[in-house]
Amino acid sequence: MSDPSSDYAKPLPELDGHTEDFYTFCGLGELRFQRCDDCGAWRHVPRELCPECGSWSWQWARSSGRGSVFTWTVVTRALHPAFAESVPYAPTVIELEEGVRLLSEVVDCTPDALEIGMPVEVVFERATPEVALPKFRRVSA
Amino acid sequence: MRDQACIVGIGETEYCRKPGSGMSTLALQLKAAAGAIEEAGLSAASIDGIMPFPNVGKAEELAANLGCENLRYAATIHMGGAAPVASLQAAAAAVVAGMANYVLIPGGWNGYSGPRVRQTVSSDTASIPGGTIARDYYLPFGMTAPPQWYSLMARRHMHEFGTRSEQLGAIAVAMRKHAQQNPRAVMHGRPMTLDDYMASPMLADPYRFFDCCLETDGGSAVVVTTAERARDLPHSPVYIMGGACGQPYPADEITNRRDIFRTGLTIAAPEAFAKAGVTPTDIDFAQIYDCFTFEVLQQLEEVGFCKRGEGGPFVEGGRIELGGELPVNTHGGLLSEAHSLGIGHITEAVRQLRGEAEGRQVANAEIGLVTGWGDFGDGSVAILRR
Ligand SMILES: [Zn+2]
Repeated sequence: MSDPSSDYAKPLPELDGHTEDFYTFCGLGELRFQRCDDCGAWRHVPRELCPECGSWSWQWARSSGRGSVFTWTVVTRALHPAFAESVPYAPTVIELEEGVRLLSEVVDCTPDALEIGMPVEVVFERATPEVALPKFRRVSA
Repeated sequence: MRDQACIVGIGETEYCRKPGSGMSTLALQLKAAAGAIEEAGLSAASIDGIMPFPNVGKAEELAANLGCENLRYAATIHMGGAAPVASLQAAAAAVVAGMANYVLIPGGWNGYSGPRVRQTVSSDTASIPGGTIARDYYLPFGMTAPPQWYSLMARRHMHEFGTRSEQLGAIAVAMRKHAQQNPRAVMHGRPMTLDDYMASPMLADPYRFFDCCLETDGGSAVVVTTAERARDLPHSPVYIMGGACGQPYPADEITNRRDIFRTGLTIAAPEAFAKAGVTPTDIDFAQIYDCFTFEVLQQLEEVGFCKRGEGGPFVEGGRIELGGELPVNTHGGLLSEAHSLGIGHITEAVRQLRGEAEGRQVANAEIGLVTGWGDFGDGSVAILRR
């Protein structure tokens, strides 16, 4: 839940279990995903075991934070009141170098400048003292 | 199981927006259900199976109101909008196996005058299988509602295959055209051109306002029994030739699919055709769950009416309109008739196969196909014949 002392009014993740870990690393400036100890497969969102090989053994492995734009939508009419002031904005799927995809946003780019395949790298946006959101900015190819 | 079960009764309330139905969600479902039971020539006491729509209906409550005092089989298939068509298959299996004799599949809601899905879905983590994932990984980034989820796939399709807005528009225009032949349709008397479509405001680019289904009040229901029992009932039965359902992988998370166009229907369609013993060329009309235009295009591809990537050209030139090669959503669909949770697609297929579709009747309609789509891409399909 959001910190009552903060002005941040958009929805926040529930900090619980693996999701708490994911966002805690973001707060430290690290984008980490689960990586299977046995087959090496990366995964997102967090799961209890490796759907590729069935292993229960995994670690929070650090991503390079580099990836590219896979697809996006441009929200021009907010369907949630917390985003009414934000339109137009573009929820964007980023494909990381490690192969996992993450729904996020490219922060230094207007929606009409987005392109599929555009190279990006992670930046972290502090929302509350507990939560930082992984977002992305453009990098030259 | 081919042809061993059939639909013997259909019921619907009126569909409306302003000023709303003036009825409760429960009352809408009961009115539609009572209509279907009566049309089937049955009494409520003979209904011994009920398959309510996920989250909006409870079998116990429906049975207690209707007088279904012999209820034996109650089950809900949690596939969102794919549930009713998935329930057809389950109901068929239930009656053939003797788990129930007559199964009611009811649905209905105040989709207009009650809470709007586009607003509630983001706060109700129980309403969709990926609810907590959406809350923790989508919502903080502003992806809050179904048109936004699916438009991610629509854009990718445009990128990979060159699909254009005008092609999505051809779907919206076809549904609207069909609604002009359907007095029950909320958009009856309100025609729309491709120019109107292109001029409608963007909502979740590439989805415009007219790419999105209606939000309406209303209910609908069907009754399923065995072919043998159907012989004693008043209407000519509509036979369930084959049905199947399936889920994308993973079904609870929309961005990490190796192949993002592989949805539930991709798995379900070949199974349904194999069970029915027919191919896509045998289908006279299709009722395709049309929550948004691109989902129609995508389902036409995954059912196999055209190859993947060819859906754009396929929907152009009137091919999916009445009089075309494959009339789609002859009642106007969710886009232009009403959003009765997908059951309206089944009731319209029944009307077509009974020859009761009046001004929108597909000539010599013998075999029809109905799909459902729900949650993050769950799919169901049924092939029906007269
Ligand atoms: Zn593994």
